[in-house]
Amino acid sequence: MNPELGLFALILATCLALLQSIIPLVGSYNGRLNWMATGKTLATGQFIFVLLSFMCLVVAFVTDDFSVQYVASNSNSLLPVYYKVTAVWGGHEGSLLLWILTLTGWGQVVALRSGKLPPELSARVLSVMGMISVGFMLFILLTSNPFTRILPFPPADGSDLNPLLQDLGMIVHPPMLYMGYVGFAVAFAFAIAALLGGQLDSAWARWARPWTTVAWCFLTAGISLGSWWAYYELGWGGWWFWDPVENASLMPWLSGTALIHSLAVTEKRGLFKSWTLLLAITTFSLSLFGTFLVRSGVLTSVHAFASDPQRGLFILGYLLVVVGASLTLFAFRAPEVRSKISFSLLSRETLLLLNNIILVTSCATVLLGTMFPLLLDALDMGMISVGPPYFNLLFVPLSMLLAACLGIGILLNWKKGSVSWLKQQVRWIAIISVIGGIVFSFLYGDRFLVSEALAMGLVFWMVLTIGKDVRNKTRNSGLLKGLRKLKPAYYGMQLAHLGLAVTFIGVALTSGYSVQKDLRMSPGDSAQVGEYVFRFDGVSQRQGPNFVADYGKVSVFKDQKQITVLKPEKRIYTVQNMPMTEAAIDPGLTRDLYVALGEPLGGDSWAVRLYVKPYVRLIWLGSIFMALGGLLAVSDKRYRVRLKKKKQALMGAKSKSGNGTQDDTVTTGGQA
Amino acid sequence: MNPVRKQRLLLVLLLVAGVGIAVALALFALKENINHYFSPAQMASGEAPIGQKIRGGGIVVPGTVKRDPDSLKVTFRISDGDGEVEVEYTGILPDLFKEGQGIVGTGKLDENRRFVAEELLAKHDENYMPPEVQKAIDKAHGSKSGDKSDKTYGTPSYQQENAQPESLQPKGSESQPLESQ
Repeated sequence: MNPELGLFALILATCLALLQSIIPLVGSYNGRLNWMATGKTLATGQFIFVLLSFMCLVVAFVTDDFSVQYVASNSNSLLPVYYKVTAVWGGHEGSLLLWILTLTGWGQVVALRSGKLPPELSARVLSVMGMISVGFMLFILLTSNPFTRILPFPPADGSDLNPLLQDLGMIVHPPMLYMGYVGFAVAFAFAIAALLGGQLDSAWARWARPWTTVAWCFLTAGISLGSWWAYYELGWGGWWFWDPVENASLMPWLSGTALIHSLAVTEKRGLFKSWTLLLAITTFSLSLFGTFLVRSGVLTSVHAFASDPQRGLFILGYLLVVVGASLTLFAFRAPEVRSKISFSLLSRETLLLLNNIILVTSCATVLLGTMFPLLLDALDMGMISVGPPYFNLLFVPLSMLLAACLGIGILLNWKKGSVSWLKQQVRWIAIISVIGGIVFSFLYGDRFLVSEALAMGLVFWMVLTIGKDVRNKTRNSGLLKGLRKLKPAYYGMQLAHLGLAVTFIGVALTSGYSVQKDLRMSPGDSAQVGEYVFRFDGVSQRQGPNFVADYGKVSVFKDQKQITVLKPEKRIYTVQNMPMTEAAIDPGLTRDLYVALGEPLGGDSWAVRLYVKPYVRLIWLGSIFMALGGLLAVSDKRYRVRLKKKKQALMGAKSKSGNGTQDDTVTTGGQA
Repeated sequence: MNPVRKQRLLLVLLLVAGVGIAVALALFALKENINHYFSPAQMASGEAPIGQKIRGGGIVVPGTVKRDPDSLKVTFRISDGDGEVEVEYTGILPDLFKEGQGIVGTGKLDENRRFVAEELLAKHDENYMPPEVQKAIDKAHGSKSGDKSDKTYGTPSYQQENAQPESLQPKGSESQPLESQ
């Protein structure tokens, strides 16, 4: 009964979503407030029914209802109960349901907070979100129903969750990533609503900004969780593989990063308006495109569940509708939101423009590298693969360019800067950065590496310019007093930028100075890796809840002193008879010690992989900074100023859409 | 020209130049870093270039996996049903490396037409068949069994369970998990 209830709730939610996509929108055009107001109620109803549906699936998993096909293929009675819950999104159907749950969740929050917005804007935003829901719900109902039963002969037990997904990282990674992907749907909805209304002013940007930033924070966290998971779970010790699936999440991140910067310009200066809209559309389209890549079976990976071509076709069609419709709308309406404000060549605006160009270029190169093999294959022009060297060759210099621009952009003021002022500001910083980078690379490690020197120089550059800007901002009222005066938005921005610098350190030092050894080891054998000595003490066996494991003991010494004993495992998950490497890691801020077991080589010998990875943690620490910085920026009070009077908005509604009001409110310049 | 226009022109020129350079660089990088895929048959027949970085893959032929007693060197043969080639690899084999299993690697052919692999992949899932290998096998057998996706939008099938020829089916496939459809 329970699964049927879930399906029923989902169908109801679809109906509500359909209503939500029509009624408020129509209301916004004929000025009926009560029609517009239905949007909120419908969004809430939709959310409740999707939540109900999701809970039904959770219950089916927890109670081992193997008559449900999706449960039978993704769970097993031996699975620990927390993995049974997370197995809900371990496969295609369930993860789509999670996607919809996050989408309607976002819709619900938008509805709750929409009191601040003019009613016709909030109605249009909610309608657009309703349309997105309808598409995805139809996708589930028509092609990927998670509640399908296997009757009358359900299997006695399920075929287990993929062992790779039985892991803490996998519990959190998909929801985080989805929060990000789907959060951009809100930015998209705001953009479409602005195009429909033909009105785009600073107030609009101020409303759209927090949503976009929060979505970006979640995406940042989601991506770095994925990278962290790959690092310890795949047993190769890498943190980024330029795998198409990773690229699929990186592309919306890159264009989303461009979007939050361009939104800043739109809010502060009323510029880049149509560009911002285009970026919002692009970012969400790339999120959808990522879903298509990952879910359609075009790629093979742990994420690609769907092998049914129908599904791929459906998402592709949906993608075309979304992109086609929104770009058409953009083409017709964008001229109405054009701004007529000028800025000088040397100004924060220009640097943010550069930032956008660099980010969009990086995004395009990633897109090219990811799509090229698929394109050639689809045209039957041969099978190729584009390796990491391609991505590194382009992406690394672009990120360095971005870092260089960041320093200047932070220091410059809006509107106009002078060359001589800038020179005087950065002269010493530039000198220190160059020397710092070179000296660092000479002192650290055993050889001089040009790229590491460059990267570290840029780290100095970013950190020092951030510090300099804080000094400039506090110069007038003394350091302590000045620090207290600065707004959370400013701190958030600087924290996120500092995060980029921290990630830079991690990436540069890990890529430059990691030491790896793959060895054949018998009990008692020792090996020196960097300044550490690893001693292999043999392998024993243990029994897990749903696996058996050989676990090795590896003692690690530094300067004759034992630091730790690592116990890497080789597990066989019994249900699918699938082997899995479970690496053992001794984490540290300055270095990770990483040991993975290969295969038995006869006798007592094993293949063993030993790594010393300096500062690898900083990669993820930096992204935590970025995500926290974003959240801090959103907490800024100015996003919570209520609209003065609803009357005002009403009047706006009566004069109705069109006549794009060009009120380019130039809010106070200065910070962030 | 007035100063505003001059500035704008400069900006546009800069943009065009930047984009041009980026595109040129990207295409160059792409050209340099493409690895073409060759099937075991193509490698054996001499169709594949020697000493150039390529991708190759096939089914690991049962009974051919030999280990060097003192190092991590391992040799085995891979097949696509049409031809066979010897593979040499030094390092730790992926978890799912098994006789009868499909693998893909990047590496170079040496003078004796042995495929010296730098990297081997046998991905994520027991049911996984690298698409290139699948295609090569399909070609070798002239079969399109159950491969609907090819017709619909030109991507290879990933559900190799039904497309895979019996002769190459890995052992123990009777206990395969439920199919998703």
